[in-house]
Amino acid sequence: MTVATQGDLSTLTSKELHHKIVNGDISVMELVEIFLQRIEKYDPQLNAYITVVQDQARTQAIAIDNKIRSGELNHPLAGVPYTLKDLFCTKGILTSCGSKMLSNFISPYDATVYDKLNHAGAVLLGKVNMDEFAMGSSNENSFYGAVANPWDITRVPGGSSGGSAAAVAAGLAPYSLGSDTGGSVRQPASYCGISSIKPTYGRISRYGMTAFASSLDQCGVMARSAEDMALVLHAISGFDVRDSTSANVPVPNYSESLNDSLAGLRIGIPKEFFADGLDANVAKVIREAIQEFEKLGATVKEVSLPNSHLSVAAYYVIAPAEASANLARFDGVRFGYSCNDPKNLQDLYERSRWEGFGDEVKRRIVIGTYALSSGYYDAYYLQAQKIRRLIKNDFVAVFNEVDVLMGPVTPTTAFKIGEKSDDPIAMYLGDIYTLPISLAGVPALSIPVGFSDNLPVGLQIIGDYFNEAKLLNVAHSYQQVTDWHRQSPSQFSGV
Amino acid sequence: MSISKAEVVKVAHLARLAIPEERLEGYTHTISDILDLVALMNAVNTDGVLPLSNPLDAVQLLREDVVTETNQRELYQSVAPRVEDGLYLVPKVIE
Repeated sequence: MTVATQGDLSTLTSKELHHKIVNGDISVMELVEIFLQRIEKYDPQLNAYITVVQDQARTQAIAIDNKIRSGELNHPLAGVPYTLKDLFCTKGILTSCGSKMLSNFISPYDATVYDKLNHAGAVLLGKVNMDEFAMGSSNENSFYGAVANPWDITRVPGGSSGGSAAAVAAGLAPYSLGSDTGGSVRQPASYCGISSIKPTYGRISRYGMTAFASSLDQCGVMARSAEDMALVLHAISGFDVRDSTSANVPVPNYSESLNDSLAGLRIGIPKEFFADGLDANVAKVIREAIQEFEKLGATVKEVSLPNSHLSVAAYYVIAPAEASANLARFDGVRFGYSCNDPKNLQDLYERSRWEGFGDEVKRRIVIGTYALSSGYYDAYYLQAQKIRRLIKNDFVAVFNEVDVLMGPVTPTTAFKIGEKSDDPIAMYLGDIYTLPISLAGVPALSIPVGFSDNLPVGLQIIGDYFNEAKLLNVAHSYQQVTDWHRQSPSQFSGV
Repeated sequence: MSISKAEVVKVAHLARLAIPEERLEGYTHTISDILDLVALMNAVNTDGVLPLSNPLDAVQLLREDVVTETNQRELYQSVAPRVEDGLYLVPKVIE
């Protein structure tokens, strides 16, 4: 099922690829061609890409090859290709958000993260598939069709950043930027056997990242190793005057602390994350992974997040409420889809929105509008925000006792395409272990730690506010003594 | 059912969504199920708990009231469905 992959360029980390470029083993142009060929060959089975920017990537590759040779560019990501989830605005390139509503939208400006990666000399390969407006946990809610999981193409890659996860897992890109509102980088990374980090709320500018739920949305990195995540996170983090919710907190060089010793690290295991509903085989893989950290000198104790069971309820009020406000901007007038032959202005609004949005998005807009409407606001939205405070307080308290928390990302491994698509409630309940983190706004990452029935299992590591450096140090230490992150699906191996 | 069909029609209208009659039953059912799920919150005593609207409890940043953006009307209107002479076109509003 799995293959050792050291020789294959498509399975190398971004750091390794950059070294090959700098050493003259391969040019940026050659590397870009390899990935473009792989996308052409393998993506029809996966549907990970919505747009491939061949011409731009080639033009950029030539320019970056020259800049690296002349010494003008020495960023550790220079020349390394990557993809963006299709909700990051990119001037001149389609930004669809996986929606019919934006299936004709060419952004007039660039997202801050795209701008930063351009300055670093990273090469965009294309824009990848996602659940419509990032609402979903399976990537089945896309106007551009479902995405397949490279480990088993009858299964979902997870969502909403499903295209990002599938592309990285199948070696169709070394890394990708996704977004995480309730688990949307951690869950697909777990299902596809790759690494991902959702940093602290506000760590990365959201400017140009299409809004779903503004108090929860955060850009995340999906990559082949913790070391790569450290490089990318460093490149894209920081305060941005264009995003007033971005945090004015210094950005450490995450690579510098990767090799710190784990001796004395205090790991907390939230008992609520191992209660009923967690698949027994997933639990076994997670417990074995945690034992590995004990061998590295960490101590483990059980802790409690007593309000975490309320996360699904609070999240599915707050996120739809904010979504209903954010998505009010789609009016069929200024940009995006506009219905044919509107009878009047009202009809233009109502039909453009009904025809332009998919069912899950419309359900959430209705729920959110209801929760914010007169007479229901206190019972739903305000109560959800108060519960959000209780959930945050749980994390604040527990980080007085331990340095990091560990547990599963999801209750099961990747499910079959179509298995839950008619049952939104079952889909929502699968977010149980990722939502508390999103509501609290603390950082968390997921790394592959084994398999259950040949499907990847991810470990979630949760940290205190702005303590991404510790999380990356912990994940990197694990990846130095294990090789789960170097496993690739054999079906997509070879150039 | 936690929500009636009439309420779904009303809320959909508030959200400017033209829900067709044949989809109403299905939508009402699913939305009702979701409201039942979130009803778990009702049992929680939150007296005296401050609502959390920003996870960092951050407040809105202020800046000097000076112009920072240049006028890019043509660029921004280039993605609009219908424009004429710098104006967005909509169906007639005043008869």
